[in-house]
Amino acid sequence: MKVLIMGCGRVGARLASLLDEDGHQVTVLDNDTYSFRRLPPSFSGTALYGNGTDEEALKKAGIEDVDIFVALTQGDNRNVMSCQIAKHVFKVPRVVCRIYDPLREEMYNALGLETLSPTKIFAQMLREKIEGEG
Amino acid sequence: MYIIVVGGGRVGYYLLKALLKEGHEVLVIEKDARVCKTITDELGSVCTRGDGCEAATLADVGTGRADMLVAVTGDDEDNLVACQVAKHKHNVPRTIARIRNPQNAPLFKKLGVDVTVNTTDIIIEVIEHEVPTHPVTELFTLDEQGLIIVDVKITEESATAGKMVKDLSLPKESKLALIIPHEGAAHVPAAQTTLQVGDQIIAVTPSQYKEELEKALSGV
Repeated sequence: MKVLIMGCGRVGARLASLLDEDGHQVTVLDNDTYSFRRLPPSFSGTALYGNGTDEEALKKAGIEDVDIFVALTQGDNRNVMSCQIAKHVFKVPRVVCRIYDPLREEMYNALGLETLSPTKIFAQMLREKIEGEG
Repeated sequence: MYIIVVGGGRVGYYLLKALLKEGHEVLVIEKDARVCKTITDELGSVCTRGDGCEAATLADVGTGRADMLVAVTGDDEDNLVACQVAKHKHNVPRTIARIRNPQNAPLFKKLGVDVTVNTTDIIIEVIEHEVPTHPVTELFTLDEQGLIIVDVKITEESATAGKMVKDLSLPKESKLALIIPHEGAAHVPAAQTTLQVGDQIIAVTPSQYKEELEKALSGV
């Protein structure tokens, strides 16, 4: 699969290297080249400097022929905007969006984005862990 | 009208003042406590501290009964999300977003924002208007009709100086609305009107024909 990941933070870099190990064709986009230090030396994909809410930058990153786009920047709004560009402008077959704010996550989910709220998931996991051991 | 403004920066602040002066019920949502306090100290309780992109904040300020939401923060993505939350969660009938990246205008429309105000283009247009060599300035955009109103100057280089209006090959659906001569009173052009050097022409054209109109009127 061709994968485009926006945001090379801890999660973005880790996901990129995992998918790379699995043999996928991975491109990571970030607007700070310093964040590429998080990629392991074995990473064989592409690390590109660029702003993921900019259509031109997304084009340069090859968004027009990726199978999946994943938005993992720190900003919920930036993720939401770039995912909507990916889905509605470039018609990427699968778009996954991280949204920390659970309310916003529910709304964009209802609007048709494939969304994940780490806040919700992690709180739920902790609850299960705490109650399960009680 | 009840109008909610997201972002209490310079644009938000002056917009708030102007809307209050017109007698509207206005509320600004601003993240920064200090900025919020300054606005409250100066203009009364018209500012709420919070994130205007959060559905909960918008619910607290009664967005459900708002007639309009205007998002004027400095970040395009924040303005987009504020408008989308207002529209989809609170059914606000009209949303307006300030944008800085001109490319975002069609995207925002597609995603349900009713009106976009592109501050970058506005600043460029105003400055271009002051550059004497620049013959065409966009004065106003009628988004819904897809029309623009432009101001074209007839200079000594214009091949159309001395030509009559009927001899111009204007693009389809373009109309000359007004001629403002260098000296004398403004007049409505007729077929027999001759264009003079120094004339300023106000014309209406479909936005896609802007360059053709420029060609037709400057004759370059």
